[in-house]
Amino acid sequence: MAILKIENVVSGYGAMEVLHGVSLEVEEGQIISVIGPNGAGKTTLLNTIFGVLKPWKGKIYFKGEDISGLPPEKLVRTGIAYVPQQPDNIFPSLTVEENLEMGGFVRGEDLRPRMEEIYELFPDISNRRKSRAGDLSGGMRQMLAIGRALMLNPEVLLLDEPSTGLAPVLVDALFERIKLLNEQGVTIFLVEQNAYKALQNSDRAYVLEGGEIKAEGDAREMLEDEEIGRLYLGRR
Amino acid sequence: MVDIGGILSFLVSFAIMACIYAIFSLGLNVQWGYTGLGNFGVAAFFAIGAYTSALITTPKPTGPLADYVDQAIGLNQPFLVGVLGAAIFSGLLGLLIGLLTLRLRRGYLSICTIGIAESIRLFFNNEPWLANGPEGLVGLPRPLQGLVPPAYYHYLYLGIVLVFLALIYFALEKGIRSPWGRVLRAVREDEIMADADGKDVFLFKLQSFVVGAVIIGIGGALYAHYSAAIQPGLFTPFYGTFIIWAMLTAGGTGNNKGAILGAFIIWALWQWTNYIVGKVVPAGLQTRAPFIRFILIGLVLVLILLRRPRGIIGEERHVSKF
Amino acid sequence: MNQLIAWGLVLGSIMILGAIGLTMSVQIARFFNFAHGDLMTLGAYIAFLVSGLLAGAESLQRGIGPFSFGWGLLLSFIPAILVTAAVAILFDRWVYRPLRERKALASYSDMASMGLAFLLRGLIYVVWGADYHFYFKGVRAMVNLPLGIRLRTDELFIMAVAWALVAVFYLFLTRTKTGKALRAVADNPDLARVAGISTEGMITWMWGISGALCAIAGILYGIETQIRPEMGWLFLLPLFVTILLGGIGSVTGALVGGLVLGVVQQVSTRWLLPTYKPAVAFLVMVFLLLLKPEGLFGRR
Repeated sequence: MAILKIENVVSGYGAMEVLHGVSLEVEEGQIISVIGPNGAGKTTLLNTIFGVLKPWKGKIYFKGEDISGLPPEKLVRTGIAYVPQQPDNIFPSLTVEENLEMGGFVRGEDLRPRMEEIYELFPDISNRRKSRAGDLSGGMRQMLAIGRALMLNPEVLLLDEPSTGLAPVLVDALFERIKLLNEQGVTIFLVEQNAYKALQNSDRAYVLEGGEIKAEGDAREMLEDEEIGRLYLGRR
Repeated sequence: MVDIGGILSFLVSFAIMACIYAIFSLGLNVQWGYTGLGNFGVAAFFAIGAYTSALITTPKPTGPLADYVDQAIGLNQPFLVGVLGAAIFSGLLGLLIGLLTLRLRRGYLSICTIGIAESIRLFFNNEPWLANGPEGLVGLPRPLQGLVPPAYYHYLYLGIVLVFLALIYFALEKGIRSPWGRVLRAVREDEIMADADGKDVFLFKLQSFVVGAVIIGIGGALYAHYSAAIQPGLFTPFYGTFIIWAMLTAGGTGNNKGAILGAFIIWALWQWTNYIVGKVVPAGLQTRAPFIRFILIGLVLVLILLRRPRGIIGEERHVSKF
Repeated sequence: MNQLIAWGLVLGSIMILGAIGLTMSVQIARFFNFAHGDLMTLGAYIAFLVSGLLAGAESLQRGIGPFSFGWGLLLSFIPAILVTAAVAILFDRWVYRPLRERKALASYSDMASMGLAFLLRGLIYVVWGADYHFYFKGVRAMVNLPLGIRLRTDELFIMAVAWALVAVFYLFLTRTKTGKALRAVADNPDLARVAGISTEGMITWMWGISGALCAIAGILYGIETQIRPEMGWLFLLPLFVTILLGGIGSVTGALVGGLVLGVVQQVSTRWLLPTYKPAVAFLVMVFLLLLKPEGLFGRR
């Protein structure tokens, strides 16, 4: 069953239309990537799913329910969490611990067990619980950002270009963590500039260009595909 | 019996003040309406213009007068020199403030302008040696005074003010349609894009601020010579700054006609409330009555911002592509 | 000179309360609230009204211990705080929020707040008139302190209240969920929204706290000097300089800035007339702009 379904969504900012009718499906338990060049509308897509933007046309379904246009305050209670792009995805003047606390803000119960689970998943930040988040390195900030979203115990995690600003070694470590999360049952939906890494680590992928889906398919196959290689992976 | 002479007289003095405030409005329109610069210290430029012209056009007091009036400078020059001086010094002040704040974030200009307005007012109020302190300067010369019988002088002054207003208006209208004007509007709309286009945004903001300052300074000079007397108490945040914001916002920000219209409307509202309050408020509370205007004009401004932020006329659609 | 510094610390303590609310509102609401000073004035006058009403009860009027004021004034803190906080929240509901929703330029909100400032001040003038008032009459008790400083007992009270509030506020920001959420919204409002924190709710909290602090600062200022309709407006320029000096959004900056500016203003009276204090604050700002515009603890 498609846990997340986007049907012919048209959306944009102000008078500018960015997405011109995008449709895609995310199966439960999978890692799905959307790749494409800059300005294709990747962030717009995530913003529209998460209610930061209202879709002008089209519908968005989560577990069969229509969530089109629902604001973030409501969506966090349904089981979706969103990690925006670096560098604005943490609270810099709050401590690591406080960042996680804020992640769990809408949950009423004691957050500490969940926080411990996240520290286990990201041991590097476990050592810096009382540090100011703004002082962390890029790699740790990204982990904290994801940790913050995980405080909601989401079923679906939306990630906006998680590899941005990270050195290749860190990108690999990051995707390791993402796969671990996926194995624990979290469906991952990410958009990425780094098409190669995204395809390497996903089950399925979509290509978004100029606000439209230009291609889709099994990630492994797309990785080998000549056309895709030429257009998006920089191969000759 | 209807007193035609009296009514006419009232209308003329109304028109003179409205025109002077229209000039202030036009100046603010260049800064705020065109370029989005929030000048919350219009009173500073008003004051500098008025005082500069006053000090330039009056003689330094001598003899028995010197006992009553303290004045550091008195150049005894003609009216136009006074206006020129007002324009220059006001422009210089604008330049200083602009250099200090326009490269920084928006709030710095706002607070700096408030600060300079307050500081200038305090200075003139507490330094009697410069311009007679709180008592201010009186007997400011009126231009072309000998030309008409005193009873008709204000018709002449209205003419003078109208000439200045017209010159300024047409100069601005020309300016806004020029490439310079287009850049200013672009800066207001989206500074980042204007910047990316290679124009030095800072320089344009500075020019706009100085031009506005010059215009306000000229208005100040005209005010001074009309009322023939000025004191620091005139240049308060309310009378010297806020009322002008209300005028521009009501008339139409970004629109020169709107600036003038707004001045007339708010000035009419002002006079009308004076009249009504004088009739309605019991004698014992008369000292509090002027402050009803605070409430009224404050309310007018807030309501306009909420309901009709474009003002009555709203911004003109200029036929020019950037 | 020590005496001037001591008085500067008293003034600074009051400024800190005003500055904390102001720096929060600038950071979170994203505009410069020119009505902040007049909210202080409102608080002072409400307390004046209520303590006047309580004047009938003799027992409330007698000074408590070494202080000049009685329980009457202390009790009137409460309605003053409630009314001022309510007014601040209402201003947001009726004026700032619609502008926010319309995504109007911040300068429009600046202007609107100035309109509200004059509205409020006009109301105060009309209701109470332009005269000066005092919370209590008579001679004030003084206390001799080391270093040749003499302060009124009331001034010690002012500093105690101010610093107690600062401590409470610090605990609020660091120990409570709402306090941390406020800091989060101040830091990164978009992310706060994405995390599910109701930014509108936090903004309401912020205005309520800001209003409450304004009321207390206003009353303390009224105890220190006198109650007059222009009191808050005259305080506003120094308060703005304080938050610029400390860095917008920084509560620590508000603390340091408030003390520094309080002392500088007070010390300036050695050479300048006291009425020039706002001009002195302005001068400090000019230096700040030339040397370190982002302030001592400034962010972004």
